[in-house]
Amino acid sequence: MAILSRSEAKQILDKVLKYSKAEAASAQLTGAETGNIRYARNSVSTSGIVNDIELAVEARFGKKSGIATINEFSDASLEKVMRRAEELAKLSPDNPEAMPLLGEQKYMSVDGFAKSTADMTPDQRAKAAADSIIAAKEKKVVAAGYLEDARSFAAVANTNGLFGYHAATSANFTVTMRTENGLGSGWAQSDVSDFAAMSTGSVSGVAIDKAVMSQEARALEPGKYTVILEPSAVSGLVGFMMWNYDARSADEGRSFMSKKGGGNRIGEKMFDKRVHIYSDPADLNVPAMPWAEDDHMALERVDWIRDGVVQNLPRSRYWASQSENKDKAIPQPNNLIMVGGDKSTEELIKNTRRGVLVTRTWYIRMVDPQSLLLTGLTRDGTFYIENGKIKYPIKNFRFNESPVIMLNNIEDMGRAERVGMWGYSAMIPALKVRDFTFSSLSDAV
Amino acid sequence: MDRRKFLQLSGAGLGFSMLPLSGIAVAESKLTQSGLDVAVKKELADAALNTATKLGASYADVRIGRYLNQYVITREMKVQNVVNTESIGMGVRVIANGTWGFAATNDMTSDGIARATAQAVATAKANSKQQKEPVELAPVKGHGEVSWRTPIQKNAMQIPLAEKVDLLMEVNKSALDAGASFINSMLYLVNEQKYFASTDGSYIDQDVHRLWAPMQVTAVDKKDGGFRTRNGLSQPVGRGFEYLDGRAEDKIQSQTVLYRDSYDMVEDARLAAEQAQEKLTAKSVTPGKYDLVLDPSHLWLTIHESVGHPLELDRVLGYEANYAGTSFATIDKWRSGKFQYGSDKVNLFADKVQPGSLGAVGYDDEGVQTGNWDLVKDGVLVNYQAIRDQVHMLDQKESHGCCYADSWSSVQFQRMANVSLLPGKEELSVDDMIKDVEKGIYIVGAGSFSIDQQRYNFQFGGQLFYEIKEGKIAGMLEDVAYQSNTQEFWNSCSQICDKRDYRLGGSFFDGKGQPGQVSAVSHGSSTTRFDGVNVINTKRKLG
Repeated sequence: MAILSRSEAKQILDKVLKYSKAEAASAQLTGAETGNIRYARNSVSTSGIVNDIELAVEARFGKKSGIATINEFSDASLEKVMRRAEELAKLSPDNPEAMPLLGEQKYMSVDGFAKSTADMTPDQRAKAAADSIIAAKEKKVVAAGYLEDARSFAAVANTNGLFGYHAATSANFTVTMRTENGLGSGWAQSDVSDFAAMSTGSVSGVAIDKAVMSQEARALEPGKYTVILEPSAVSGLVGFMMWNYDARSADEGRSFMSKKGGGNRIGEKMFDKRVHIYSDPADLNVPAMPWAEDDHMALERVDWIRDGVVQNLPRSRYWASQSENKDKAIPQPNNLIMVGGDKSTEELIKNTRRGVLVTRTWYIRMVDPQSLLLTGLTRDGTFYIENGKIKYPIKNFRFNESPVIMLNNIEDMGRAERVGMWGYSAMIPALKVRDFTFSSLSDAV
Repeated sequence: MDRRKFLQLSGAGLGFSMLPLSGIAVAESKLTQSGLDVAVKKELADAALNTATKLGASYADVRIGRYLNQYVITREMKVQNVVNTESIGMGVRVIANGTWGFAATNDMTSDGIARATAQAVATAKANSKQQKEPVELAPVKGHGEVSWRTPIQKNAMQIPLAEKVDLLMEVNKSALDAGASFINSMLYLVNEQKYFASTDGSYIDQDVHRLWAPMQVTAVDKKDGGFRTRNGLSQPVGRGFEYLDGRAEDKIQSQTVLYRDSYDMVEDARLAAEQAQEKLTAKSVTPGKYDLVLDPSHLWLTIHESVGHPLELDRVLGYEANYAGTSFATIDKWRSGKFQYGSDKVNLFADKVQPGSLGAVGYDDEGVQTGNWDLVKDGVLVNYQAIRDQVHMLDQKESHGCCYADSWSSVQFQRMANVSLLPGKEELSVDDMIKDVEKGIYIVGAGSFSIDQQRYNFQFGGQLFYEIKEGKIAGMLEDVAYQSNTQEFWNSCSQICDKRDYRLGGSFFDGKGQPGQVSAVSHGSSTTRFDGVNVINTKRKLG
């Protein structure tokens, strides 16, 4: 059984730490049951269930540390894994950046466990895929999709009295619909904690409509356009930015957050005043594990950017300890919330005289870390908007744009939606942005 | 997308921010111990094959795997992390009622194996209800009991950790002494000990070794607020630790030192530091059309993205439509026999045998003996990459032998073979090539890369860019990226240096599939010229 209760987990952690002969030790127990189903060409291709439970133990001797892992929990195994961690620690080179283990942490209470997802069966997965395939066949399009659901827990403890337990569920569904003639392609996604809130049939309907509508795309000249980026399109760029959002690289002078002359750009207004991005493990829409994955430091609600001004940057405990101004350590977050407006995408379109609607951005890579210039492409539903209406489908574009510049050119914001982004869930709004740089055309459908 | 299974390297400004990890953390000493005896593996495999047959499978294969990894990660004069992992288990794949079924277990007792085999057969039977057409496997004759090993001279797993740390510290010192602000350097070592057995009568024991020693050197101009990076020019290889010997005969003096079959990491770190600083003040490129002279350390990635991926048959057929995408190189284009993928100088071949390559194995993960085959001949598309249950769709009778699984617990599927560009037939050196270029750019090292989901439109950066003016190198350029369309690009190929310049590059962590699997693959070429390619300037200023 992959999901242990709080008390079962605590019992194992307490026991393994008792075996420690090191100066300090910590332990992390994680378990998940993950189910998946994949289909393509209107037929299921693979499905599976993976059960995984693992205990990782870290032993410390001064600046030396060793980590050993194990997936069995008899007394003998627990002792063995601790001995191995100690052996590894003694053999390891000093880590000059090692920080002492944390003491007791006060973790936020997070409600992210949904029974409907926890109880998912292979039949439900098969039905979820069938709902999508049947919808595709009815409209004579070809479906390819993937559903992955997980019920998981994590528990942490150390010899300084730290303990935490967190259980969660999640389900993520993506689907690509292509017309039989290969001229149209549409995509849609759903990311939830509670599977009861997911309908693969209706998500598939959105993708099917886009596939049918996107046939016979016309070519527009590359250049600067007003764009309406749907949440998944925004998340590609904002996710990349937040992944590179970090105090140390900024202070070291090798980040887009570095200040000319040294230091970082905290306190500077770098973005449009409507930009407000924060993290909060207890957020009801995107509940997340309330501690940092690396050192188990408690996560709190943190404003990263507010009123367009840089408020905070993630800063490791080591880097905080090196700062002259006694800067606070702030762990990397486990979720992200970008505050949006109250308009639907349709309303954003209605208020647009000329522009391009982008469903999704794809294959995004860093071109220049100094300006955070990114390149990538539009995909699976790109349309030309004129006088408040979608006029016709257009060929996909390659863009070269920095999210920093994009977040300065905001014209309007839509409602935030939950998307799967860079390994965690995020609330991201659709954005209407002026002067977005498309640099070439792509023939890809 | 579970971040916990990845080693995080965020904030280091690295091009690759997540590394896949599998297996359990073990002591270094484990890496030097040998795994199960072949006789024991055969016994376990036979038990699984017999169980599968008894339960009604018409075909079964078993993979018993022991996968070892060691990652050593450093920055400046600090070791940040050392990770040793070992993963042992067995995967069994069967065909029952004409349908695939797969199960895996790390319980290597006869009971555990029987249970997993029964589960694989049950899955096949359950899934057969949805199956439209039965699986059609290209025939493979049994090979009996055979073995294969990567031809290494020094087993990297047996080199003491202290020696590896010492090397990386010397590398980092070399960069810092030469004026680098920062350096991140790493060693990734992989050893796959895999045993394959099938009801075709094959018992294949293989010992596969791979190594990669990447680094990134950064120069910061704090006053001006600028910074530049230069990545190491090493290539991931299917070689032992001898790759890091940096032998003199493997060095090519160009604008920087280029490397053939071994790599001088300490020297390259010094050059990287000097060049990262030079990049801070290099001339920003004027956008426009240029003739590109692409070094193999750069061209491998363009080959990987614009030839390797679009010619994977599962992508062409739509099985990857929801993730990696499909392909412009459709079956009708191939069947026409006239699809001009590139100019008549372009010959691209796939193989699983080049010595030193990441893809080299004796047999693939479904027991097919490896070889090589043409993909593009005299510019025309002639074939794809396909495996046993796919080749019949191409009216072919033999699998290409490019089936791979990244673990005993992953189901094997079609992966990219080594895909390489044949050297030019006529004698031609890089200097001779550059002499004839009036307005061009010479590009060394792989940089930023992006391509659309059907592999038409791409954009590539690089590590080092040198302007060519009237046949001469005229100094360093910065802010260079080129954009093109796959078919247009390969048709603009006008010259390829001869075999003396042929070198391999490669990708150590190439991702594909849902759930994702990684594989490693090499791409060989000699320096090649492409005419009139669109170059953009990537410089932007933030307010």
